[in-house]
Parts: sequence; structure tokens; C-alpha cells
Amino acid sequence: MFPKKPSQLFKASLLTLAVAASGAVSGAVSAKDIRLLNVSYDPTREFYQEFNPLFQRYWHERTGDDVDIRQSHGGAGKQARSVIDGLEADVVTLALAYDISAISEHTGKLPADWQSRLPNNSSPYNSTIVFLVRKGNPKAIHDWDDLIKPEVEVITPNPKTSGGARWNYLAAYGYALETHQGDEEKAREFVSAIYRQVPVLDSGARGATNSFVQRGLGDVLLAWENEAFLAVNELGPDQFEIVVPSVSILAEPPVTLVDKVADANDTRAVAEAYLAYLYSPQAQRLAAKHYYRPVLPALADPRDIARFPTLKTFTVDQLFGSWQQAQQVHFNDGGVFDQIYAP
Amino acid sequence: MSSTLLLPVTGIARGHQTSFEINHATREPVWLRRMVVAIALLFFGVFLLMPLIAVFVEAFRKGIGLYWQALLDPDALAALRLTFIAAVIAVPLNLVFGVAAAWLIAKFDFRGKHLLITFIDLPFSVSPVIVGLMYVLVFGVNGWFGGLLQSWDLKIIFAIPGIVLATVFVTFPFIARELIPLMQAQGREEEEAAIVLGANGWQAFWHVTLPNVKWGLIYGVILCNARAMGEFGAVSVVSGHIRGLTNTLPLHVEILYNEYNFSAAFAVASLLALLALVTLSIKSWVEHRAQAAVGAH
Repeated sequence: MFPKKPSQLFKASLLTLAVAASGAVSGAVSAKDIRLLNVSYDPTREFYQEFNPLFQRYWHERTGDDVDIRQSHGGAGKQARSVIDGLEADVVTLALAYDISAISEHTGKLPADWQSRLPNNSSPYNSTIVFLVRKGNPKAIHDWDDLIKPEVEVITPNPKTSGGARWNYLAAYGYALETHQGDEEKAREFVSAIYRQVPVLDSGARGATNSFVQRGLGDVLLAWENEAFLAVNELGPDQFEIVVPSVSILAEPPVTLVDKVADANDTRAVAEAYLAYLYSPQAQRLAAKHYYRPVLPALADPRDIARFPTLKTFTVDQLFGSWQQAQQVHFNDGGVFDQIYAP
Repeated sequence: MSSTLLLPVTGIARGHQTSFEINHATREPVWLRRMVVAIALLFFGVFLLMPLIAVFVEAFRKGIGLYWQALLDPDALAALRLTFIAAVIAVPLNLVFGVAAAWLIAKFDFRGKHLLITFIDLPFSVSPVIVGLMYVLVFGVNGWFGGLLQSWDLKIIFAIPGIVLATVFVTFPFIARELIPLMQAQGREEEEAAIVLGANGWQAFWHVTLPNVKWGLIYGVILCNARAMGEFGAVSVVSGHIRGLTNTLPLHVEILYNEYNFSAAFAVASLLALLALVTLSIKSWVEHRAQAAVGAH
């Protein structure tokens, strides 16, 4: 607050002076202070911390207005719940499409076809699910099958509240479907066997990472690729390593405008520009820097792109129909997850 | 009876020992006494003192510059301000309520008195997370008053009023609970005497009751304030976690910790720990004064 306000005031007064001096008083643009709230999921903290100032500068250059961007982070399911309960997000940038659809369904604050409004299913960046293991891989974990070895403890968050956890679950399920030629019964058994090895379900991806990294729980963390990279590079290359399974899921975290909130706050223009800017070269570069796979990789630094391992991926739509269906079958009350998970 | 029991050992009385310790039957061997003291100290050291020291060590790990930077960060200052706002509203509200409730319960008989006492204790027995959810259910957009609040353009949940409400709820019993036993123990005689001597109700309260419970009241306010500033669960549910806007200090600590910003997290945590230490010292000073006041009587 302290350092910001005076400079904003100063800028604003300078601008007013300039406008007055040029004689273009009537109908001239005067700097407005705009507030934007971005409700996001857990692992995007670092990315948006850098992206927001970038956009602020861009918007200021374009319009002369200053945007004050606020962030809220947490498990994607929990965050969607908060927006449904009245948290006034101008834009949501969540972990999976279903959570945004849930907002649309329960509140009508955004249209049902929101996902077709922006390129690439409204996902400016992708990710996938990989394994994070302790240095030297003492439990010799190389692929999904190794997770159900009796001596292996698996850390993954709660699919009821965390988006990342749902990607983890579907990645494991999809792997089993592929190895057993689509046998749902076998896939269910496999996933059930994995969850028997889980000692604790955190409510969000960041909590699970902290359990694994800080509290030293478990032998393997099922994690967003970006979260795994962050853990290795920020917290200790000498402590952890990433294991890439033979096949995983293509995670597409989508973004969208919450129309009714933006209209009520008179922020539609800036909010739309904010989301569109996620597809700009600067943002795509930044996404790659923070270990998200940019959807326009040509715009990013090739050295950042080279860090991503190549692996076979499947999408939710390919194996589960759609996110709505996956949610209904697997994660809603009484769904497959409830049947297989007994703490 | 007890004097006959103690009679045989009075001959070997040693200056500073109490009659209880002089009795052979109640005297423990030296090694046992030392062991009990050692266990108590060890427990205190490992479970209370060490973590407290760890907070400060971690806070200063990356140097005093970063420590100040973490505390003077605009978001930290906003969290500090919100924490103070919540406490400044919650404590006086509960002060007025606590005194009124305790006065009512201790000095008057009426139907439903025990029910009232039970309700005052409710916030102690309800999990703070449930408290938060209750407010979401009542004041959330889809809650009972959601539509009404929206039509008036009032925001309670995910805004400052919700945080204040949750804080008021969880700190509700502290002052009343401190005063009720105190006022009950003091009885009504002094007030009755005052009334007989011609005082009105207000005078009896101001000149007789209040001075009698002064120290208990201060003690309750301190505890209430400490809890108001440290509350996490209930506030977490209604906050919405908007940085710089609806984060209190405890929530800010969690955010920093989740961002792998450990030094900053512990720096802010050390602020809360300091607050706790200040609270504790005021508390023991109050206890000391209260005891002195009792002794002077």
C-alpha cells in the first residue's frame, strides 16, 4: 500500500495535468483505477505473480489506466465453491474445465459455452502429471505400476477439493484403461490399489507438495509437472528428481471471464484483455519459464521448451467423454472415488 | 485431627519447610522429585520453548533486511491492518456483551438462565471451520439472506464484515466466562447493601460490581484479544484469501508458507509470536496485581 499509492496519485495527477495542458479537457481519457480479482488454483502463484505486473504495464501503456490485480489461490474445487458462494472474481483461472462449468451451472454468471470463447479450449498453457521421487529414486519408481508396490507410499491431494488431484486420479485411471484394453473393472482395481498406499489426502496441490517436500511424507508425489519442476529447482535439486511415466494425461487448465461480475464491476474490457494477454508472446514465454507448457511453444524460449520431456498423453475427452462425465462418474458423491477410497 | 497427625514430626522441623513436606509419609525421595522436575522442564523445552525459538531463528535466517522487508510488504501491512480491525471491533463488542451477560447471570435469577450459560459456551464447542461455514450458509450468495444482501449491494462473506463476524463469534465466550464465576463467588451482598444505602442499579454496578471484577475483566479482554488476532479456521472459510484485501495475519502466514517463502512466513509468524509473548506478560502482570489486590483485602 505505502509505496504504491503516492506513485499512483502522482501519475494520475501528472496525467490530469498533461490532459489539461493539451486543452483536450472534454471527453478526454482520464486515468481510472481499476480493480481486477483473479481467482486461481494452487500452483499458479508464481506465474501470476510475474504475469500481473507485466499486464499492468501493458494496460497502462495501452490505455493510461492503472489496474490493481488481486489474487486468490487455493484448491480448484474450493475456489470454484467460493466463487459460487459469492467471491467476486472478474476472471477465474482454474485447474480444470469442470470447476468453471460448475460456476456457470450454479450461478449463471457465465454462459455454458464459455470454453469456446478463447483459443485452445480456453487453456493458454497445458501441463501433465508426473512423479516426484526422493533423490536416487530409492524405491525404484519408473511407471504407474510401481505405485502399487506394497512398500511405496503415494502422496496425492483430495480429488473432492483439488483439481490437480482429479488430474492425478484420471491419469492413473487412463493408464490402467490403456494397459488393460479399456477394461473398466481392472482400471478401478488399479486406482483403488493406488489409493490404498496414500497415507494422507491434502486439500490442495500445494499442501500435498508441502507434505512430501517439507514434512518428508511418502515415497512418491503425484504432481503437476510445473509443481514438480518447481519443487526440484526451488527446493533442492539434490533432494528430489522427476520421474516421467510412460503415459500420462494432458492437463488443460482453462481461464475465463465471469461475465456478470465483470459487468457489475465495469471491468469487462480490462478482464478480457487480461485473458487475451495470456496468449501473447510475453505471457507464453513466462508460462514456459514457470514450467507450464505454453500452447504456442514457438513464442517461448526454446531453452525453456527443451526442459519438457516428451511423453505420450491422452486427453479427458478421449478417455472419459468430457469433464462433466468424468466428474459425474468418478468424483460426485457416490461416484467411483467414493466407492474405492476408504480412509 | 491433623494436628495430632503432625505432632510427632514437629520435633525435626527444619526452618523453611511446610508441615506438609515435614511429614515422612508425604516426603518423596530426592531423585524422584528431581526426575519429575526434569521431565516437566524437558517437556516444556521440547514442546513449547524450542518451537517458539525456531520461529525466530527461521525468521532471521536470511538476515534482518529480509525480515523487515517481509513485515513492510504491502500485503503484510494490509493483513496486519485487517487483523487489528477485526480485534478492535470484536473485543469491545464482546466486552459489552460479556459484562452484561455475566452481571445478569451472577446477580439475578430468571428462567432459562442455564440455557443462556450453555449458549455462551457454544463457540467453545463448535469447531471454527463450522463457524465459518455457518456464516457462508447464512450470508453467502446462495444462503438465507444472500438475495437480500445482494439487492442491497452489501457484501459480508469474502469481505471484511464476514471476517469480523467470524472473529466475534469465536471470541464470544472469553470475557463472559472469565467474569461469571468471579461474580458468582462474590455474591450479591455488597450490591444489596449499596441498594439499601440508596444507590440505583447503575451506581451499584459502577461503584461496587465493576471494581470487584476489574482484574478478571482485564484478564478476559487480554485472552479475547489474543484469540481474535490469532484466529485461523473460521476466518479462513469466510475470507476468500484475496491478497492485500481479505487476508489476516494468520492467513498471510499460510500463504507465504505455501509459496515456499519460508523466511517471510516465519517473519510474519514471529510478529504473532511476539504478540503472544506480550499478551502473556500482561496476563501475568494482571494476575500478580489481582493477587496483590486480594491480599490487601
